[in-house]
Amino acid sequence: MTRATLLELSGLTKAYPGVVANRDVSFAIRAGEIHALLGENGAGKSTLVKTIYGLVKPDTGTMTLNGAGYAPADPRAARAAGVGMVFQHFSLFDALSVAENITLGMENPPRMADLSARIREVSQAYGLPLDPARIVGDLSAGERQRVEIIRCLLQDPKLLIMDEPTSVLTPQEVDILFATLRLLASEGTAILYISHKLEEIRALCEHATILRLGQVVGTCDPRDTSARDMAEMMVGTTLHVPTRAAGTPGPVVLALNGVSVAAPHQFGTALRSISVGVRAGEVLGIGGVAGNGQDELLAALSGEVRTAPAMVQLDGTPIGHLSPNQRRALGLAAAPEDRNGHAAAPDMSLTENALLTGSAQPGLTASGFINWGRVQDLAGSIITAFDVRTPGPHSAARSLSGGNLQKFVIGREIVKKPKVLIINQPTWGVDASAAAAIRQAILDLATGGAAVIVISQDLDELMEVSDRFAALNAGRLSEPRPTAGLTIDQIGLMLGGAHDMEVVHDHA
Amino acid sequence: MITLERRPQPSRFWTYAAPPVAVIITMIAGGLLFAALGKNPVEAIRTIFWDPLFGQFASFSRPQLLVKAAPLILIAIGLSFGFRAGIWNIGAEGQYIIGAICGAAVALAVYPDGVRWVVFPLMVLAGMAGGMVWAMIPALLRVRFNTNEILVSLMLVYVAEKILAAMALGLLRSPDGMGFPGSRNLKQIGYAANPELVAGTGMHWGVVAALVAVIFATVIFARHQFGFNVRLAGASPRAAKFAGVNPTALILICMGVSGGLAGAAGLFEVAGPSGQITIDFNVGYGFTAIIVAFLGRLNPIGILLAGLLMALTYIGGEVAQLTLQLPAAAIQLFQGMLLFFLLMVDVLTNFKLKFGNRRTA
Repeated sequence: MTRATLLELSGLTKAYPGVVANRDVSFAIRAGEIHALLGENGAGKSTLVKTIYGLVKPDTGTMTLNGAGYAPADPRAARAAGVGMVFQHFSLFDALSVAENITLGMENPPRMADLSARIREVSQAYGLPLDPARIVGDLSAGERQRVEIIRCLLQDPKLLIMDEPTSVLTPQEVDILFATLRLLASEGTAILYISHKLEEIRALCEHATILRLGQVVGTCDPRDTSARDMAEMMVGTTLHVPTRAAGTPGPVVLALNGVSVAAPHQFGTALRSISVGVRAGEVLGIGGVAGNGQDELLAALSGEVRTAPAMVQLDGTPIGHLSPNQRRALGLAAAPEDRNGHAAAPDMSLTENALLTGSAQPGLTASGFINWGRVQDLAGSIITAFDVRTPGPHSAARSLSGGNLQKFVIGREIVKKPKVLIINQPTWGVDASAAAAIRQAILDLATGGAAVIVISQDLDELMEVSDRFAALNAGRLSEPRPTAGLTIDQIGLMLGGAHDMEVVHDHA
Repeated sequence: MITLERRPQPSRFWTYAAPPVAVIITMIAGGLLFAALGKNPVEAIRTIFWDPLFGQFASFSRPQLLVKAAPLILIAIGLSFGFRAGIWNIGAEGQYIIGAICGAAVALAVYPDGVRWVVFPLMVLAGMAGGMVWAMIPALLRVRFNTNEILVSLMLVYVAEKILAAMALGLLRSPDGMGFPGSRNLKQIGYAANPELVAGTGMHWGVVAALVAVIFATVIFARHQFGFNVRLAGASPRAAKFAGVNPTALILICMGVSGGLAGAAGLFEVAGPSGQITIDFNVGYGFTAIIVAFLGRLNPIGILLAGLLMALTYIGGEVAQLTLQLPAAAIQLFQGMLLFFLLMVDVLTNFKLKFGNRRTA
């Protein structure tokens, strides 16, 4: 292939106090190429793409775009030069319509009617059906992502950067997205694609650059490199695959009997008559696209939201009316998805955060008085056991990287050796080796006789850890099925992936 | 160009350095203000901060320090519970008034035959209960109807002032007062008085209560689950809910504590330094205590120091009004500056100042 080089990076270095995020990074992206950027958390991927998008100014090094010098002062300049980016976290206003949201990002917005027509036109052309008049709050995560993509496409980008685009999509939606990206590439748009999901990269990308500790450690053609090889290049060592001893599940420990909860707020999801039992020694995986009731289900189980007593039963005892601490005292532990501000208080120390769910643990408090020495020991043991990288238990939670804080909040629940553990997104934003460690700890807990529910949007993860799989869709839980033998297509259908899946790729 | 960069950890240095630095900046800015008013700034600052303690007439003003600091500290300690939890009771002034009225009412109800060891504790309890009830109005409205406790508690200050006037003119008016508004002077009623405990120090039961409150709050915040829950709710409400903190109970308890302490402060004032229920009994302690609470970083020991400092500016301000003819408004402005500069310097606890261009175009 002799396509022209579109963007060339040479010798990019960016240092932050105490850490070099990018060290002498050089590589080139050709026009019409789908180029993967791989690396663990903290490898410097986001700093690099922020540099390209004009959010970060490199300390040294240069970039050229189409042969001319390229040093965007801000994202506006980057967009003007033809670089678009779709972030992992969307910046959309729930209460506004699709067209209104897109207008907000524009320099000289056209008339609303013209814009709506353009949105329809572009969304049809690229197989991303989207009604410009719909309110964003009512859209699924996949549809929201379309808004972000179309916002970029309206500016005719030469380079489109996508940061973890598939983490919120069903398998069917992923297929649609890939078709769109391939179509864009065939028209000459280069795509820089960031993902942790190596199989996806093998399916989509034709070139990969791998970063480790801020440096380029290798390139490969993902189409003929195995996922394991790529993972080991990222990590730099041999990867540990979680394993578990086979065992027979015991009696039902946690039983949900028609759990129904009204939506907590306007854009929340109501839980509709969820019934399932989890046995001792079993891991139940609950999949589903974000916003289908995951947060609400966790809240109903953790005790943040109360239900009728009999709706939730632990060892046959009704606990639906009990408070979080009463449930903890009975051996139920939970870890919510959002570690910053929900599972942990960002401004408090790790010691204080260890106490956050520890009040019911014996020895930490006596008639309300806190034994800070013991709490600090507990925090220290979590840090050691789960390899949390931090100066010590006195550090503020917000000073930890996302992956490290995740290890801490999951570890905090696992070290309690609970009878029942419910985790939402156990490895969200955690790098491959840490994710493997967390999954191993979950499996070990189950092997020890605990009943575990893992709620996740990462289907590979659910396939790896769970014995049975159920899908959460619009607040309803499907009948759980044994994981062994389930195909991705079957899972896609269980996820209710059929909704708004009309594929418009007839010309692709 | 100056930009602010968020620190990964709150700065330990600035946590402690912010209040003294704010005091120094206030002195400088205040000096400029006084200079603009045509006064010698050095003399004005000395009159406010030095003379009340060590000047010519210090023996008169020094006891006043504890007398003025005690209600400020007592109220601010109560407020710090709510403020740390993100519950904004702005109406301590009203709770202070109602506390004073209730406490005084107990004393006057048994006039003239009270037994001190029965009546005085009852007065204290009645004062606390009065303040607590007044604080429960915004608390219950918040819990039940999700009203804004800032507005409701503030509005209730003006209601309390009307009740105070009605009491001074009506129910509690002294029968021997020859028609003048105002109650009997509690200082002159043996069983009800809150006297100076050690002559020449200004020490009265309210000062003792304030010190006990400081110690109590220190222990609660540092060692007790309840103090932890309060801090957690303020730092991260969702995490607090996940941890099992009941937000409703927290609101009721924090409002109750702040109301109760404000009511107690009112009782100690009406039975001691002030002596009687009058139309203009309240002098703004409940509002100044908000400044004291923040100046003291919502930390009990900090509040103790801030209360003393604020009392000093009150006394020094009065001295400066007398000797330098500084207008009263200038003193209030000076106190306001203190809070303003504290909040300004406070930014440095969580943010770093960076000079120069962040990005070069």
